[in-house]
Amino acid sequence: MNPLPYFLDSVWLIPLFPLAGAALMLLFGRWLPNRSVSVICVGSVFVSLGYSLGAVMQLLGRAPADRVVQRVLFQWVTPGPVQTADGLKGFLAEWGVMLDPLSAVMVLVVTGVGFLIHFYSIGYMGHEGGYYRFFGYMNLFMFSMLTLVLANNLLLMFVGWEGVGLCSYLLIGFYFLRKSAADAGKKAFIVNRVGDAGFLLGIFLTMVTLGTITFTGGGRIDAPPIAGIRETLAAGFASGQFVLGAPVLTAIALLFFVGATGKSAQIPLYTWLPDAMEGPTPVSALIHAATMVTAGVYMVARTNAIFQLAPLALEVVAVIGAVTAIYAASMGLLQNDIKRVLAYSTISQLGYMFLACGVGAYIAGVFHLMTHAFFKALLFLGAGSVIHALSGEQDIRKMGGLWSKIPTTAKTFLIAALALCGIFPLAGFFSKDEILWNAYSSELGRDLGGVLWFIGALTAGMTAFYMFRLVFLTFFGNSRVPHDVEHHIHESPRSMTVPLTLLAVLSVIGGFVGVPAALGSFAGISHSFEHFLEPVIAQYAPHAAEAPVVATEAHHDPMEYLLMLTSLAITGVGIWLAYKMYLQRTELPGQLEARFPRLYRLVYNKYFVDQVYDALFVNRAKDLGTTLGSFDSRVIDGLGVDGSAWLTRLTSRISIWYDTWIVDGLVNLSARIVWLFSLPVRLLQGGRISGYALFIVLGILIFLGYYIRELRAMIQ
Amino acid sequence: MVPTSHYLFLSLALFTIGVIGVVTRRNVIIILMSIELILNAVNINLVAFAHLWKQVSGQVFAIFIITDAAAEAVVGLGIIIAFFRNRETVLADEMDLLKW
Repeated sequence: MNPLPYFLDSVWLIPLFPLAGAALMLLFGRWLPNRSVSVICVGSVFVSLGYSLGAVMQLLGRAPADRVVQRVLFQWVTPGPVQTADGLKGFLAEWGVMLDPLSAVMVLVVTGVGFLIHFYSIGYMGHEGGYYRFFGYMNLFMFSMLTLVLANNLLLMFVGWEGVGLCSYLLIGFYFLRKSAADAGKKAFIVNRVGDAGFLLGIFLTMVTLGTITFTGGGRIDAPPIAGIRETLAAGFASGQFVLGAPVLTAIALLFFVGATGKSAQIPLYTWLPDAMEGPTPVSALIHAATMVTAGVYMVARTNAIFQLAPLALEVVAVIGAVTAIYAASMGLLQNDIKRVLAYSTISQLGYMFLACGVGAYIAGVFHLMTHAFFKALLFLGAGSVIHALSGEQDIRKMGGLWSKIPTTAKTFLIAALALCGIFPLAGFFSKDEILWNAYSSELGRDLGGVLWFIGALTAGMTAFYMFRLVFLTFFGNSRVPHDVEHHIHESPRSMTVPLTLLAVLSVIGGFVGVPAALGSFAGISHSFEHFLEPVIAQYAPHAAEAPVVATEAHHDPMEYLLMLTSLAITGVGIWLAYKMYLQRTELPGQLEARFPRLYRLVYNKYFVDQVYDALFVNRAKDLGTTLGSFDSRVIDGLGVDGSAWLTRLTSRISIWYDTWIVDGLVNLSARIVWLFSLPVRLLQGGRISGYALFIVLGILIFLGYYIRELRAMIQ
Repeated sequence: MVPTSHYLFLSLALFTIGVIGVVTRRNVIIILMSIELILNAVNINLVAFAHLWKQVSGQVFAIFIITDAAAEAVVGLGIIIAFFRNRETVLADEMDLLKW
């Protein structure tokens, strides 16, 4: 008897559908027509989406305390002792899936947004070569991402973590014949390696500190019970083994965060994400906006039991998040490539999410992750639709006036932009407000005197400015489209506009699951998202006052309304400025550029960080490689390989001389003797038939003559 | 009645002409024709002695030799045609591939 209902029992199947699709594509896709590629790959994600919806429905049907389900497929690392700080502990790693509220949210976002983007890709990639390859990689990505979010332990999560990194590399370099694309893929992969090293070290440190890497021991129905990270930490905290701010926990948390900065493009490892825009636009939407880059946020939220005990690490997370948010937003202000603006915006919004996690509001971070997935995927797909309409043009200086020509794209893009800016009832408003409120009201926020809030609000203004700069330059004003391109402008096919519309709907209503108490308590819908996720966040009861507590309904502070209005006002100012500068007085940007040339160049060139990194790390690594290379070619190849080759050649030359003149010489000598003796005989064999005939006749005559002489002698 | 020696001289003349032809001529067809002359010289000999000794077996043997000559001509001409297709020549002094 299995006590689990069907979909909850088959959560482990969710990643396997895309895996099957990917295997089919990468092995046999070459011989399949495009139509069946679309059916198989989009279908596999659709089935995953169906299973995810079913599983989450059945999860919601359970009591809140009961909402965690683990299925162990098999034991991966078999049980064995590991030396930890407090003696030997039994350690094992399983290949298992876990569905709890946090992974439920992630799995829905990944399969939902993933399905819409797959569907969109049918239209967008329809004319491209390597159609099956694209969908194979996309399905492989879905498998890796779902493995990442459904993993029940750190090691399996790391498998998915590396898998999405690999797929990101493959898809950024999808147009691998273009050097810039291949380079961008390599850059993303290598920069991520730096972060992954940190994550891996963090996993090892967890292993030897806690003796377990399983997230939690809860919900293990058909598997032997084991203590998870959460239980071990809670017990250690109660017994005084792990105190708040224990150095080893801080180290683990910081190492995890290093991994998160790589995957989620935070300072200092953010440089790969803008370059990743070399990939096809659906890839940017799926991997580099909605899902993969949020894996870092998910990981921090998932390991919150550790972060909760490491306030220093949380502070680092919050500060890095806030600084990244405003820093990336400032770089987005002057970009001219439609996708790069969105890339910097993504980095900035990821900064927001880390800011939220850093101040202890993991749920707000995940909430923003979800709404951001909706509207940022929509923005990228809309950008893809614009690029599609303009036959591949990505420079917003060569756009303009597209509003009436591609109405569906334009409208959905505007909705997404408004949602990203956080205009009132759209999704971004609720999640951004939640983050800003926590940045202001949390313990850490208060300690820093509202600086975090101020940075966040300023970033919101900058976000509004660059987003509406993008909207105005693309869709409004005079057309700057080259004449020959203008003829071909067309609205995208249905397979692209339908996902746009659905994502627009999600961008509008997605925020209502997390309406703050200040606005929604009268309707009874406040904080449903937070209540859903609350069981995931570890609470350390005896010292609850010390640990950053998740904001509850108690925050009926009039301050909240004030902050809300302030951030809305800042956003309004940003939009107004963009309107002023890019629609009304289009000469203003040029004048500003002339007034502050150095500042302009600094921001326009992204603070020259790429150049600095090149000078500090990339070129040093290359120098090291060149040095090692010359050591290899001079000493190992030169002395070792070439030297022994020279010696071999010398000895073989002696052998050759002996062989030619002694061994072969004897053989040739005997042949020569035979040749000499055969010389006279050989002359008889002239090869002419008449010659042979003459010999025959002469022979006959000789015998005949002899015979006649004998005859005569007998007669006489 | 013609004496037997006349036949033998005719036969000897034909045989000599044939041998000289085989040894001196270059064209393989002529050589074959010369061989026919030699065979026919033998035939005349056989028939002449058969007539002299009133024995019919010599004449029968001549018939066998004529048959044999026809077969030999067929095979010989076949070889010449095959050879001509390969080497485009029928001259015996150019057929010298079998020497050392």
